[in-house]
Amino acid sequence: MAETMSLIAGRSSKQGTSLCAGKLEPEYCEVTSTVEMNVNDMARLGLKDGDRVRLRTEVGEAVVHCKGRDAADLPLGVLFIAYGPPSSQLMGSDTAGTGMPLSKNFEVIVEPVTGQSIGEEAR
Amino acid sequence: MSENIRTVENATCTFCGCVCDDMILTVDLDEKRITRAKNACVLGRAWFSEHKHEERPYALIRGKEASTAEAVEEAAQILAKARFPVTYGLSDTTCEAQRQALAIADLIGSNLDTTTSVCHGPSGIAFEGIGESTMTLGEVKNRADLVIFWGGNPAASHPRLFTRYAVTPKGMYVPNGKKDRTVVLVDVRRTPSVPVADIFIQVKPRSDFEVLWALRALVKGRRVSPSIEQRTGVALATLEDLVNRMKSCQYGVLLFGMGLTMTRGRHFNSGALLALATDLNEYTHFVAKPVRGHGNVTGADNIVSWQTGFPFGVNFSRGYPRFNPGEFTTVDLLSRGEVDAALIIASDPASNFPRAAVEHLRKIPVIVLDPNPTETTQLAHVAFTTATYGINVPGTVYRMDDVPITLRPAFESPYPSDEDVLTAIKNRLRELRLARGGAYGAGATQKVAAPLPSD
Repeated sequence: MAETMSLIAGRSSKQGTSLCAGKLEPEYCEVTSTVEMNVNDMARLGLKDGDRVRLRTEVGEAVVHCKGRDAADLPLGVLFIAYGPPSSQLMGSDTAGTGMPLSKNFEVIVEPVTGQSIGEEAR
Repeated sequence: MSENIRTVENATCTFCGCVCDDMILTVDLDEKRITRAKNACVLGRAWFSEHKHEERPYALIRGKEASTAEAVEEAAQILAKARFPVTYGLSDTTCEAQRQALAIADLIGSNLDTTTSVCHGPSGIAFEGIGESTMTLGEVKNRADLVIFWGGNPAASHPRLFTRYAVTPKGMYVPNGKKDRTVVLVDVRRTPSVPVADIFIQVKPRSDFEVLWALRALVKGRRVSPSIEQRTGVALATLEDLVNRMKSCQYGVLLFGMGLTMTRGRHFNSGALLALATDLNEYTHFVAKPVRGHGNVTGADNIVSWQTGFPFGVNFSRGYPRFNPGEFTTVDLLSRGEVDAALIIASDPASNFPRAAVEHLRKIPVIVLDPNPTETTQLAHVAFTTATYGINVPGTVYRMDDVPITLRPAFESPYPSDEDVLTAIKNRLRELRLARGGAYGAGATQKVAAPLPSD
């Protein structure tokens, strides 16, 4: 089952503290490879915390872990991920003449993943 | 911990644009690490505590260890041969280093862009069209009785913006701190910043412009249809209440984040917010300011603007600065495959840029200056290890409200500063230019009358 949702890439406290430890270190990679999702969306897709999902746009894809957020905190159909290489894989390069690629509120196709590890899938 | 301890008073944290300059650092000089950072937020504590002296090569050329001098020569040769290079980054280094990078860009006819182009670049574009009703954070602390955060999550990105300037501190005209202020937060999701706010307004994604324009209409006394709620998720009554608060406050401030600049509308969103602040000055004192991320991204804006007249996305190919976002901004230059070399200072575009841009970075010679290993240093042709500004390197940075602040470093680094390396590259480029008898880059054919020896 795949669904189209809206992805917000942004800052988080853990992303900020872990990047100080090193952007190539496991903690930073983990923080930036976790997408937050409305718990009702997760239930509908048959997902639980820690499951893997593939996020796909017309320019790229990334496989990340998912983590449930209360329905009051994150609207249905909206995803949040800390900035990092996985979110960058999904951004288009068209800046509409501004220099800024769309990094927030862009559409991604979400589908549950089984099998391979994050390292093998994320590309 | 050793007994060789030093205390640094009024040190500056350069993790984010708050640039808090009231740190009290305890430094173990033998172990070369900071053991305590009093007054620091969670991000500042990580910034200081994770900074450890590690033995890394001074430089790498094609992955092999090299001296700084060898890497300077290699970098200068790459830049001298490039026809259409880009100089990029600069938001996490001193103003002194930024000046040297700009001098290199000017010398070689390079594109010059900073991380502003993928941060508040759209706000920079909006400033040119609308203007900015500006302030310092000291004014906010002492005067603001209505504080509106729009499209940002300072609890995660700028924690001390709340406690040092905009929410809880007691000020001259707000003696009771938070009790004298109304705090509003506007965002598309309920973030960790929401508990700080008295009023949370949740807008539908991609609806900021419509909400801002409706507020402008209401400020001017125009009618707004109740259907605005269907489009934006915000009830007309909520907007009317906010407008009443904005028009009746003594000193209002809009602090806006990348929730406006990185989403649909980009510079139109920032422009709408800046126009709203301007409109409100018909009724009261109202200011607006972008909340800036990196420690000296505001310095980059100031230095580039001071020297070229433009804040980012500048091109020197014709021997004078031209500004054109979308043409001379780095994501565009790389994604279109136009540049043939890149000088990257204190930035990690290989991690943060779209895929097409990173793919081009892998095809061209890249020179990187960074204290730490990153995705970008890994793909670089020449990678310099440099000392960390603020912790090892003195100099000047600009706080997000354009206030310059002097750095007080904690201990010395064995590595050179960005300024040292960039100055050496610049000097070597000057020597090479004298030797070849003319200009560099795409402008070389226009500026040089006689054929060059190397041609």
